[in-house]
Amino acid sequence: MTTTPTRPGRVEVRGVHKSYGSHEVLAGVDLVVEPGTVTVVLGPSGSGKSTLLRSINHLEKVDRGFVALDGELVGYRRRPHRGGERLHELKEQDVLRQRTRFGFVFQAFNLFPHLTALDNVVEAPVSAQGRRRSEVVVEARALLEQVGLAEKAAAYPRQLSGGQQQRVAIARALAMRPAVLLFDEPTSALDPELVGDVLGVIEELARGGTTMIVVTHEIGFARRAADQVVFMDAGRIVEQGPPEQVLDAPQHERTKAFLARVL
Amino acid sequence: MTTLAPEPTAGTVAPPPDTPFDQLRVVPARHPGRWVATGVVAVGLAMVLNSLITNPRWEWDVVAAYLTEESIVRGVWTTVQLTLITAVLGFALGTVLALMRLSRSPLLQAVSWGYTWIFRSVPLILQLLLWYNLAYLYESLDFGIPFGPSFASVDTLSLIDKFGAAILGLGLHQAAYSAEIVRAGILSVDQGQLEAAASLGIPRRRQQTRIVLPQAMRAIVPTAVNEVIGLFKGTSIVYVLALGELFYTVQVIYGRTQRVLPMLVVAAVWYVVLTTVVTVVQYYVERYYARGAVRTLPPTPLQRLRTNLTAGLARVGSRPDGTAPR
Repeated sequence: MTTTPTRPGRVEVRGVHKSYGSHEVLAGVDLVVEPGTVTVVLGPSGSGKSTLLRSINHLEKVDRGFVALDGELVGYRRRPHRGGERLHELKEQDVLRQRTRFGFVFQAFNLFPHLTALDNVVEAPVSAQGRRRSEVVVEARALLEQVGLAEKAAAYPRQLSGGQQQRVAIARALAMRPAVLLFDEPTSALDPELVGDVLGVIEELARGGTTMIVVTHEIGFARRAADQVVFMDAGRIVEQGPPEQVLDAPQHERTKAFLARVL
Repeated sequence: MTTLAPEPTAGTVAPPPDTPFDQLRVVPARHPGRWVATGVVAVGLAMVLNSLITNPRWEWDVVAAYLTEESIVRGVWTTVQLTLITAVLGFALGTVLALMRLSRSPLLQAVSWGYTWIFRSVPLILQLLLWYNLAYLYESLDFGIPFGPSFASVDTLSLIDKFGAAILGLGLHQAAYSAEIVRAGILSVDQGQLEAAASLGIPRRRQQTRIVLPQAMRAIVPTAVNEVIGLFKGTSIVYVLALGELFYTVQVIYGRTQRVLPMLVVAAVWYVVLTTVVTVVQYYVERYYARGAVRTLPPTPLQRLRTNLTAGLARVGSRPDGTAPR
């Protein structure tokens, strides 16, 4: 089963709600991300940023609303039913197939510690996309070189610094040739001096025209790389627009208060 | 023991009081208590060894004669077979039970829980006798469609002989314990690993075999080897079925010759040998699964021996000129 993802990656989030017990984490989120653009999501912790990101690639099931990638519903399928239509939950294997169109980079890297850097990158294209290992290895080496770690291919994650691990994780996500890259606070677990390396790689990808949604606290990065900045608070999008508007001339009180604290 | 500065040759005059501290001789701390304890234990060991050698009732000549006697070797082989087959059966079934317990189906969870509950509750010796007497409950075993026609029918007694009953009893009992060991190993793997695998779209079965189980092995192996060692000795319980494994064979021989103690020593020696082999294997298996979990792998015993020998030789070689060993 070889999937050749067509490059566009238009992400549409409509009326998404999600609760853990009585606590509402997402209280109706609408967001559109155009192909080839970078969206940076800002907001205080607990505002639902990570949950939104995890809902987009269906790591979290939403309670209400939907997410679509290039017009295709994520996690569900429309089926005619008695003259109308119904949504059918996708089987796990179909969800897994859909996920290969998203690349996900975690705050805690989540590299596979028992596999070398190269094997971390090679694993999914072979086992999830059924591609030839020899071909994937060549591509994986090129990706490791792209993130500046060509000579670390044989190293195990624990032998790498945090910044290096996160760059391997980015190469791992890219190996799936995803339409959209999702970053969940990619630099929050790093020493300040290592943050630059990782952000450099992400900005490089942004210039290459990869569609990205980045949850981060790095305002400088948002200013340099974002086409669109989204500010979230208490499970809602409070304000959104181009960086110069949201960051320099925020309209909403909560945005102003947040920016005053982090800047 | 290393010293901070080159040790001056013996007999030199102490340096003047205002010498910088980095040129002074370092005197290692003394441990008189440790020396006393070492002496006491050494004397105790000598007493034990002395009695083992000088007391004629150990009958070491009989031990030596029977150690490699044909029926004993056959008994050892049966013990090895029983252990290996039941260990494989126990851990295979245990892994299935652990995955059932962790599955999202309430029925699978309940069945797995129930299995562990029953098989851990009933004493092994009782289970063995039950399996051996299965033919009383079911004279023949039919293979076919559930509640439907049967394709083949086998006489229970011919299928479950002594060896079969022993394998079934030990294996099914072991599976209940193995299931918990495997489950503990799986639970010890970080949840983020599954999320990463899921976000990469890795198929579910592959997530388990390639990502979770290899990492779980680090927690599983030490306890699993414990179980295998327990099995080696635990197989002696099947003497109740009069199956000719090591312990039963030894009993038969001393029943005939009345040389009870030397024969028990023969069995003990073999159990020690078998356990030693498993312990050595354990070291290398653990080392294999430590890849990635530690920054550098610990040296193998052989490598360690070599380093110690070279270091020891270097120390001996450096003595005459009075330089400190490094």
